[in-house]
Amino acid sequence: MMWKWLHPYANPETSYHFAGKILPWCARLAFIFLTIGITWALLFAPADYQQGDTFRIFYLHVPAAMLSMGIYLGMAIAALSSLVWQLKLADASAAAMAPIGAAFTLIALVTGSAWGKPMWGTWWIWDARLTSELILLFLYLGVIALHNAFEDKSLAGKAAGILALVGVINLPIIKYSVEWWNTLHQGATVSKLGQPSMSADMFWPFLVCFIGFAFFVTALICLRFRTEILNRNSMRPWVRELVVNKEKTHAV
Amino acid sequence: MTQLSYRAAFALIVKRDLMIAFRHRDDIVNPLLFFIIVVTLFPLGVGPESTTLSRIAPGIIWVAALLATLLSLDRLFKSDYADGSLEQMLLSPHPVFILVLAKIVAHWLLTGLPLILIAPLLAVLLHLHDSSYGALMLTLLLGTPVLSLLGAIGVALTVGIKKGGVLLSLLVLPLYIPVLIFATSAIDTAAMNLPYNGQLAIIAAIFFASLTLAPFAVSAALKVSTN
Amino acid sequence: MSNLNTEIETTSANSQPLLRASDLTCIREERILFEALDFAITAGDIVQIEGPNGAGKTSLLRILAGLSKPYDGDIYFQETSIAKQREAFHQELLYLGHLPGVKDEMTAQENLEFNLALHGSSSNTAEQTLSEVNLLGFEDAFASHLSAGQHRRISLARLWQSQAKIWILDEPFTAIDKLGVKKLEALFLQHADNGGCVILTTHQDLSLPAERVKKVTLAYRFS
Repeated sequence: MMWKWLHPYANPETSYHFAGKILPWCARLAFIFLTIGITWALLFAPADYQQGDTFRIFYLHVPAAMLSMGIYLGMAIAALSSLVWQLKLADASAAAMAPIGAAFTLIALVTGSAWGKPMWGTWWIWDARLTSELILLFLYLGVIALHNAFEDKSLAGKAAGILALVGVINLPIIKYSVEWWNTLHQGATVSKLGQPSMSADMFWPFLVCFIGFAFFVTALICLRFRTEILNRNSMRPWVRELVVNKEKTHAV
Repeated sequence: MTQLSYRAAFALIVKRDLMIAFRHRDDIVNPLLFFIIVVTLFPLGVGPESTTLSRIAPGIIWVAALLATLLSLDRLFKSDYADGSLEQMLLSPHPVFILVLAKIVAHWLLTGLPLILIAPLLAVLLHLHDSSYGALMLTLLLGTPVLSLLGAIGVALTVGIKKGGVLLSLLVLPLYIPVLIFATSAIDTAAMNLPYNGQLAIIAAIFFASLTLAPFAVSAALKVSTN
Repeated sequence: MSNLNTEIETTSANSQPLLRASDLTCIREERILFEALDFAITAGDIVQIEGPNGAGKTSLLRILAGLSKPYDGDIYFQETSIAKQREAFHQELLYLGHLPGVKDEMTAQENLEFNLALHGSSSNTAEQTLSEVNLLGFEDAFASHLSAGQHRRISLARLWQSQAKIWILDEPFTAIDKLGVKKLEALFLQHADNGGCVILTTHQDLSLPAERVKKVTLAYRFS
């Protein structure tokens, strides 16, 4: 197996502790980047000459939308490694990622809607990006619902993985078809959540926000991943030891 | 041992599924009736005004076709799963790909084909533009197999789940969206007497992609469901 | 730590095992059913998997047939993993589980013909095979009019036409009368003598000679 160096990480116990080590670092970095990024975005970045201050939601909306798609891709890669290389941990990571991805999709939808209200006067508009995000939300909900429907966790992981892979192949096709559909039915007003080409003033705070959110997502995934591992290995002796030790330190 | 060739195994399954369906005619008729009823609900809900109806006719027919197919998908694997025939198929010496494809073809013959045949009649009820009939038939001809293929993936994933029917809609309808968009666009374009080859080509591409990839996803899903 | 008791001897140098279970671990609903299970089955073996309800007998049979994937471990057919030679393995496998695989909408004969054809046996002897399982006269009856026991007999009828070497049978004697059980036992002996093997579970006592039957015993694990 060419991925021999990965092999120790295929052990649930090592992965649990590994995720536990990087979790606090991701959390700290997320906090730093997000504080800098959000303050910069809200207070110091220039307002858009057309949209004024409401444009600032862009710094939240776009990273959320990009991450929602990135997480789905990550889920699909995890599913692929589970099916092709039989990495059992990949099942757990897919289960860990789906709710976080769904949450970010929801954030993208809500911020997109809030962004649109001042511009179009309505809370919702069927533009290409928002429609694609809505469909992505359904794809996520499908993966989560399918996973929950199976009692056996490893089967649940496999089934959700197959669905995630089917979804990831369809995702570009869906996005393309929605964009096509949107250009067909476009009214006189520009209905795209357009952002003008980014100037340097906007790019840097955007990047900082994006990195901050990326670390935040990683921290959340580590957290959920650890929970999933504990869930799936609850009958193993090392998990029981952990519980006993935790109880001891709390009792003291 | 008289080992069957791929073609013979394929034919065996198609014949068997057709035979079972003909003895259980409800399974064929109910989705068709559903298709007809859904379409007739729209004039009642939207008003019988001719221009409105012909404007939304392609969308109505296609959405109704999607929903009717969804209703019929249950039959694909549920019964075989419940009585153990599915297991035996998975344990036969034939590649699961072939058997799955056979079942999907049988499903399309029993669901998609009747939809295609009755669609023109419903199009008349909805005052579809005269120039759109060709596009309607072609999009249904190319698109309904895609509905069966992609739907089979959803059924294969949910066949072992109790009350999997509701979940099936959530899983499968997002996958149907591209076909819906391009099919209705083709029909609309035809109404304006413009060429719609582009949309047809895309639907055809989706069809060929599903034809080659979906059976593998279905096989993998069936192996998980019968674990 | 092994929780089982096998009486299967190690194979002799010149007889390759037909089927070998290696390091099998099975976990169902967070309970470890069995762990690090190893055993080999050679031609001529009749193996009974024993154990109380819930010990994992059906799970083990399904893993041996390749229907279920074990948590860990592998199954080898003629020393090659079954995952790598699915079709070759299935040609030599006959598995009958709890569900009979009989469609209500087809007659007894149609069901048997389909099952035989699907698994590569000649199907033109379906009618006389049905007489072996006491279903003569019921060939044209729709399975929806037949009892569960009769369904089981339709699925068992395959045994008389099977060319597969490995028979994996989960409770084959369910709803079969004493005479039928004797007939099946004789068939199993004959199959084993011809170089095949039979792996089965049953709640009933086998009246086969004790030295012909090897046992794998699974214990019920509480943790």
